[in-house]
Amino acid sequence: MTPQTTHTNASAQRQLVIIGNGMVGHHAAMSFLDACQGKADWAIHIVGEETYSAYDRVHLSDYFQGKTHADLALGTGDEYREHGIHTHLGVAARRIDRDAKTVALADDTVLPYDALILATGSYPFVPPIPGHNLPSCLVYRTLDDLDAIRNAASDGSVGVVIGGGLLGLEAANALKSLGLDTHVIEFAPQLMPVQLDADAGTLLRDKIQALGVQVHVSTATQSITADEQGRTVLAFADADPLVCDVVVFSAGIRPQDALARDAGLTLGERGGVTINNQCQTSDPAIYAVGEVALWNNAIFGLVAPGYRMAETAAAHLAGTDASFTGADMSTKLKLLGVDVGSIGDAHARSAGAVTYRYSNERSGVYRKLVTSADGSRLLGAILVGDNSLYDTLLQYYLNDITLPKEPDSLILPSSEGVPQLGVDALPDTATLCSCLNVTKGDVVGAIDGGCCSLGEVKAETRASSGCGGCAAMLTHVVNATLEARGVEVDHSLCEHFHYTRQELFHLVQVGQIKTFDALVREHGQGLGCDICKPTVASILASCWNEGVLEPAHVNLQDTNDTFLANMQKDGTYSVVPRIAGGEITADKLIVIGEVAKEYDLYTKITGGQRVDLFGAQLHQLPEIWTRLIDAGFETGQAYGKSVRTVKSCVGSTWCRYGQQDSVGMAILLENRYKGLRAPHKLKFAVSGCTRECAEAQSKDIGVIATEHGWNLYVCGNGGMKPRHADLFATDLDDVTLIKTIDRLLMFYIKTADRLQRTARWMENLEGGLDYLKDVILNDSLHLNIELEQQMARIVESYQCEWKAVLDDPEKLKRFRTFVNSDSADSNVVFVKEREQIRPARDDEKARLIATT
Amino acid sequence: MTANAQTPSQAHASITSPWVQVCKVNDLVPGSGVAALVLGQQIALFYLPDEQGLSASKRVYALANQDPASGANVMARGILGDIRGEAVVAAPLYKHHFSLETGRCLEDDHWQVTVWPARIVDGKVEIEWV
Repeated sequence: MTPQTTHTNASAQRQLVIIGNGMVGHHAAMSFLDACQGKADWAIHIVGEETYSAYDRVHLSDYFQGKTHADLALGTGDEYREHGIHTHLGVAARRIDRDAKTVALADDTVLPYDALILATGSYPFVPPIPGHNLPSCLVYRTLDDLDAIRNAASDGSVGVVIGGGLLGLEAANALKSLGLDTHVIEFAPQLMPVQLDADAGTLLRDKIQALGVQVHVSTATQSITADEQGRTVLAFADADPLVCDVVVFSAGIRPQDALARDAGLTLGERGGVTINNQCQTSDPAIYAVGEVALWNNAIFGLVAPGYRMAETAAAHLAGTDASFTGADMSTKLKLLGVDVGSIGDAHARSAGAVTYRYSNERSGVYRKLVTSADGSRLLGAILVGDNSLYDTLLQYYLNDITLPKEPDSLILPSSEGVPQLGVDALPDTATLCSCLNVTKGDVVGAIDGGCCSLGEVKAETRASSGCGGCAAMLTHVVNATLEARGVEVDHSLCEHFHYTRQELFHLVQVGQIKTFDALVREHGQGLGCDICKPTVASILASCWNEGVLEPAHVNLQDTNDTFLANMQKDGTYSVVPRIAGGEITADKLIVIGEVAKEYDLYTKITGGQRVDLFGAQLHQLPEIWTRLIDAGFETGQAYGKSVRTVKSCVGSTWCRYGQQDSVGMAILLENRYKGLRAPHKLKFAVSGCTRECAEAQSKDIGVIATEHGWNLYVCGNGGMKPRHADLFATDLDDVTLIKTIDRLLMFYIKTADRLQRTARWMENLEGGLDYLKDVILNDSLHLNIELEQQMARIVESYQCEWKAVLDDPEKLKRFRTFVNSDSADSNVVFVKEREQIRPARDDEKARLIATT
Repeated sequence: MTANAQTPSQAHASITSPWVQVCKVNDLVPGSGVAALVLGQQIALFYLPDEQGLSASKRVYALANQDPASGANVMARGILGDIRGEAVVAAPLYKHHFSLETGRCLEDDHWQVTVWPARIVDGKVEIEWV
């Protein structure tokens, strides 16, 4: 092929060159393709200095949690090729020749352009402290930077971040996740001085210090030197020196505008390429977008405004009307696990601004509102420790919605939970999803256009497909709009059954239905799915208590139920034998130890007072369980939506304060309800006295000994949304206690929704706790005899699922890693940490496989 | 054409696309999946025997056993079902759905797993090694 033939199309096509393949450069290319709607009269070239194609820099720290470039990538090479985009990666643009309209690259390629988009972004500012260029001094911006940090950290123990702003705290999180003893040095008297006030900064510092990161504010670094041991020493003006192994600078960003400067484009006084509302620079053929662009004398250091600029430039280039008119810089994030939110004029700098504050040191929550002088408009806000109000406050701010008469009612704790902004109060222009720029008007429009469910609205508008932070607000708007139009909101379990779990339970019981196939034939449609199959399996188990591995049920179960073990992230399983009440003999402990040693399993004590053994492959499970069952163990059912453990304290047998034998009661309860399948897992505890060492009030069923018997607490839980259990009945004798629990559990199993824990179930019952007491204690529905009988049947028919498997060669056949080979899964690779195995990370795996 | 008359084109087809015997039908679990190792490649085999009107080649499906979301070889241990009429497996760790016919991920276009044509011949499961 001659060079001429490769260029035959070039003259017919116009050339768009995008310099910069970061998030915004990538978005510019994609937006331009969208804006052109497939008209092929443009060729697109994208130039990136990094060897990696565009990736999600917002989630950069995930790289240290095991994510790879492929996980973070925004588009693949194939995708670019598919769209006809030519990529030049790992090569910097060297010079723009505006007269010849060409861009010269470092590899001597010369790209002609008709239009050029600069998306070169920014670079981290490194203050000129003496020693700032030592090898241990790094920045936090690219994947290559992260590799450098990881290398430097590999034989070190202490890491320092210079800069306590938003990015500095992200970097601190990354250092901490590498296992370094982490310090943050901030010159200002507080953290995040741009977004937070002094009180919020102090609270954030306390919370971050509690998480093990040491924060030094009002601290100026004077010099950085290397000592004889090769470690790095930071010297400060008014504090002792700090010895460390890695220093990460995060002291702000500067626009990467050198190319534009050399090309003679107009820049701002402190850098940044000046753009107009169409994102054009002083040369109309050249656009600038993202952190290199200066609009109205401001640089926008967030990704969302960069995206809006990219869309504006793309639309303008494609001949559509579009303007960039500034962007909201409000932010909501989780820093080192701490919620932080900042909206608008957080510092109350507007004339006449009025401030309201709520601060709770016990729960570590700070909220501040800044309103107009008359209190009617929200000008700004700060949240630390809890972001649940953020979405509502942001809507007030962005849409200029009139505040309630007492604005502080929005930030004061209330028993009704978070005040929801009425859907009617939102104007059509209100942005619900800021990632994809979807407004309330777009959502209502989609419903006008025929969408009848949340799923359809999401598919139509793409709302909530970015960060997902708007999901609650979106659901609220969709449901309220549908209900206002008289559309019945669909509560179907899934597309195969137009019933709730409770309705299906009733159909199964009344119709004496014993299999999924029969139920789907009579009351559903299709093949089923991963939602309805396990739900129906659980209902069938609760009603008829047939083994979950019977042939008719085996294909309904989640993998954990199928293989009677808990699948971990690498596809191996963990094994948990039952240790009722947490009581175990020395002989049994020795057997667990021997099994763990023989199969080289990672061993961990669980919160439920038993031992979890990790790292078993599928084909090893039957051998392991043969050993355990021979020693007298039973399955602990840690894999099931079923009764897990009954935790206990040692009780009156040993403890000088004990009122009753709490261990004995715990073992009785655990053996009674083991194997019981429920809509969600169930946890119990029994405490021997009111000191409550077993933490019974955080369980679904909590029992606390009194002088005269037992107090019963119900519907508590730990987990994501902890709830204290409610006192249900007092001073019960053993028999009444068990009868009461029988009824309550059976009533829960029959009426709760899929994956609904006892707490939510009770809250959703009309009449709540009082109604439940009426049903269970006063038999107001005349159900109690039936409930007790049903429980008795389940208790009688208990069988250890693992024993049943080992006794049945047909069932054992499933426990093979491969049906046609005795090999193990070669992709399961472990490394040692603290003298035990753990799954190797991708990079470790690559190294290990390469060397074997 | 008689049974043993082999035209050149058929001979050619059998060389470029060999059918590889993997296991017995008895090794499959109706309505569920198992994993197999073929030429060093991990393959998930799914069996839907009860569907009416489907030919033998439509009742067994072969997909790559590696779940792109987790990187773990667990696809065979997912639940089978259908989403809007398309037969799918739900990968067990993060629950993405993959089409049994095409290997397409219903939630994320980036993820596509390899599929091999599969069939049952004389009680044996075979896949076409392409």
